[in-house]
Amino acid sequence: MKALVVDDSRVIRKIVSRILAPMGFEAIEAENGEAALEQLEAHGDMALCCIDWNMPVMSGLDLVVAIRKNAEWRDITLMMITAEGEQDQIVRALAAGAHEYVIKPFTPEVIFDKLQFLGLVKAKETA
Amino acid sequence: MTVTAETFDFVAKIVRQRSAIQLEPGKEYLVESRLAPLAKRAGALDVDSFVRAMRADISQHAMVVEALTTNETSWFRDLNPFVALRDVVIPELIDRGRSPLRIWSAACSTGQEAYSIAMILTEDFPFVRSNIVATDLADHVLAKGRSGRYTQLEINRGLPAPMLVRHFERQGPTFEISSHLRSQVTFRKHNLLDAAPAGGPYDIIFLRNVLIYFDVATKREVLSRVRGAIAPGGYLVFGAAETTIGVDDAWERVQVGNCSLYQARERRAT
Repeated sequence: MKALVVDDSRVIRKIVSRILAPMGFEAIEAENGEAALEQLEAHGDMALCCIDWNMPVMSGLDLVVAIRKNAEWRDITLMMITAEGEQDQIVRALAAGAHEYVIKPFTPEVIFDKLQFLGLVKAKETA
Repeated sequence: MTVTAETFDFVAKIVRQRSAIQLEPGKEYLVESRLAPLAKRAGALDVDSFVRAMRADISQHAMVVEALTTNETSWFRDLNPFVALRDVVIPELIDRGRSPLRIWSAACSTGQEAYSIAMILTEDFPFVRSNIVATDLADHVLAKGRSGRYTQLEINRGLPAPMLVRHFERQGPTFEISSHLRSQVTFRKHNLLDAAPAGGPYDIIFLRNVLIYFDVATKREVLSRVRGAIAPGGYLVFGAAETTIGVDDAWERVQVGNCSLYQARERRAT
């Protein structure tokens, strides 16, 4: 499965990609919303997008809106991963079409739990 | 970079031997994130070199196992039991005319399990009456559960964002669960070796990831108390890696979706 990791911080992109790898995702990276749209055009089989909110050129929220406008991308799961943690921001992101919302900082388990709930990784034995 | 296969296999082996918990492939990130603080404290370069160095030192194994099995509470933990409840168990109990539904979350820690059940009842079965009793031995976790206030990190663990928005309100640095959900759960102090808490017999009992810390005799004792507290045809929910098999033959395993649940044999409804 392919996952697009969109964040203007290279470090965060690497961390998220590294968390996703053992869960079976091949991560592709983009540094803002516009670059993300280019990657989505180039890869037709993206299963997941992890999206930061505050980025130059095009914000994460604008990216969510843009993705939701394209019917070809309707099966892509959208998960915000951002430091923005106000309730009205979470509501706005979900209303725009994001499926999930992770507030930074986060641990690998946080991502695993969310993807499990979304059915993108299988629920396995506890640990 | 995650841990090597050699590290993962070794850690999975000692965790399985000492706790009966299976670390499936794919959980390498868990090994790394849980052991990294230990590696750092030991002055090791990374988790791999830490594990290599402690392999022969059996005295350190318990610490590693504990780091991997410590009961970190999350919302909808392991997910499958909650799906089984929503799709099969609760509808079946309703069909059988059970009202109110009596549910016991045993060794509830800070209450995420009990509130997860309350969210399912509120969202999917809004007209069903229910009483949820959540018990633990430790006063401080009960106080936290009663307060219904959770930090951002705790909220991140397994709580779907749509449910966060529907059932919580941000109060400064914490998120507070709705008074409606709080009113559905009663927190009580309880020792698993004492008689079951008042409010039974229970249709559903969650007893997850706690028996692994007991020896076989104590497990039997606890299970016999639980058997006395469960309603005819009621369901016992264990942790994903736990079983009554070989401990207490009075339980029958029932497969519900992706989840194994248990019913008391002689009292199982037909």
